[in-house]
Amino acid sequence: MARTIIPFGPQHPVLPEPLHLKLVVEDEIVREAIPALGYVHRGLEKLAEIRDFHQMIQIVERVCGICSMVHSLCYCQGIEEMMGIEVPERAKYLRTIWSELHRMHSHLLWLGLFADAFGFESLFMQFWRIRERIMDINEATTGSRVIVSVNVVGGVRQDLTPEQCSWILTELAQAEKEIKSIQSTILTDYTVCKRTQGVGVLSKEQAYELGAAGPTLRGSGVAQDMRQLKYAAFDKIDFETVVETAGDSYARSKVRFREAVQSIDLVRAAIAGLPQGDLAAPFKGNPEGEIITRVEQPRGECMYYMKGNGTKFLERVRIRTPTFANIPPLLAMLPGLELADVPVVVLSIDPCISCTER
Amino acid sequence: MLKMTSTVLKNLFSKSSTRMYPFEVREPFPLYRGELFNDIDTCIFCKKCAIKCPSQCITVSKNKENGTGIWTCDPFACVYCSICVDVCPTQSLHMKPNHRKPSATREMIDMTGKVKVPKKKAAPKKTE
Repeated sequence: MARTIIPFGPQHPVLPEPLHLKLVVEDEIVREAIPALGYVHRGLEKLAEIRDFHQMIQIVERVCGICSMVHSLCYCQGIEEMMGIEVPERAKYLRTIWSELHRMHSHLLWLGLFADAFGFESLFMQFWRIRERIMDINEATTGSRVIVSVNVVGGVRQDLTPEQCSWILTELAQAEKEIKSIQSTILTDYTVCKRTQGVGVLSKEQAYELGAAGPTLRGSGVAQDMRQLKYAAFDKIDFETVVETAGDSYARSKVRFREAVQSIDLVRAAIAGLPQGDLAAPFKGNPEGEIITRVEQPRGECMYYMKGNGTKFLERVRIRTPTFANIPPLLAMLPGLELADVPVVVLSIDPCISCTER
Repeated sequence: MLKMTSTVLKNLFSKSSTRMYPFEVREPFPLYRGELFNDIDTCIFCKKCAIKCPSQCITVSKNKENGTGIWTCDPFACVYCSICVDVCPTQSLHMKPNHRKPSATREMIDMTGKVKVPKKKAAPKKTE
């Protein structure tokens, strides 16, 4: 049988971002996948040398648009830990609310794109219509739809009034109703099941050994979620990690769907327990020392390594994003698949190439 | 596809979810970070906004000879984070909730104002 190499990407209808894979195929069956990255490298980490540590918050937010709030949350937590700043309780709860809203809109965006990948355009539009409610909440409460820029070192910049809280709750109730109304379509529809069940299977051992993160890992049956580290207000809010055991594309989409619904409950719990108090703690000085912080992004575990030297410029910022961790599992999933299934499987890890290359 | 039938029928007989955009425009949310605007009469040209701006799109210069100050912003480099609005000591900077008008050429926001001469503190009266 003749071997052929078919390029997948960097421009492809299902890919929002430039990921390039060389697919070695034999009679339409993928035998090997060779990744090529580096199309959108922007050198954001290098900027830490010429921007002070306050200005870096706005820069790390722009690593990725969809999880911008969570990136800045991770960065601020690291600086706070380095400088020993005690964040007020209200700020912690507000951070939780906005990070869960980000998780929700990221998952709804992905579910829409996933439906689009196997040609279900109507479902794609349904999901994005629900997402619009979450984007409106972001815009009305913070001033921007995507890059909310609410975090500062020591707390948050924006506050939520009681009227805004009650409006958020009514919007979320409506969003939950709408999500539930299309639950049967995404989870039990014949087309969806046919294209996703048993496709791109990643076993529990493989996922663990190859270092998968986020829904890719939890879809394979490993109950690991960085929110278990109890950052922000997750020590006060109980939640159960969403786990599926099948390890195929269907399990990963089910994890994301269930997490989107779970986030609504987490926002409700955070609003119910919102304490009174300051928004940000005052502090003096510059960060000094080394730190590693981890948070759970919509796509999985995000890790920041920071090194401060007592000046206002950080010596080093290293960002390890979930998609970087999910590329080796992706390469393990692809061999043995039909060529037509490749877009669905590639999308099932939710690739964010801007994050990976920074 | 049959699972979608009820949703599709509901969509067919309900109001459209989208707007006829150029003719029907949504009211902006009051907090929305839109166009950056400087009220030049109250600006004291202290350069705080220029120093704190993450994208370094604001430049402030003072001409002591003729007593004028120039505040310049490059709206194409601005990231609309409103850090400058937060740090402005005189609240002369603010953000309008509307988008900036699109333009085909690169336009800078140049504003010229008078530098206020700081009032000299009255010398402490000598007590005899």
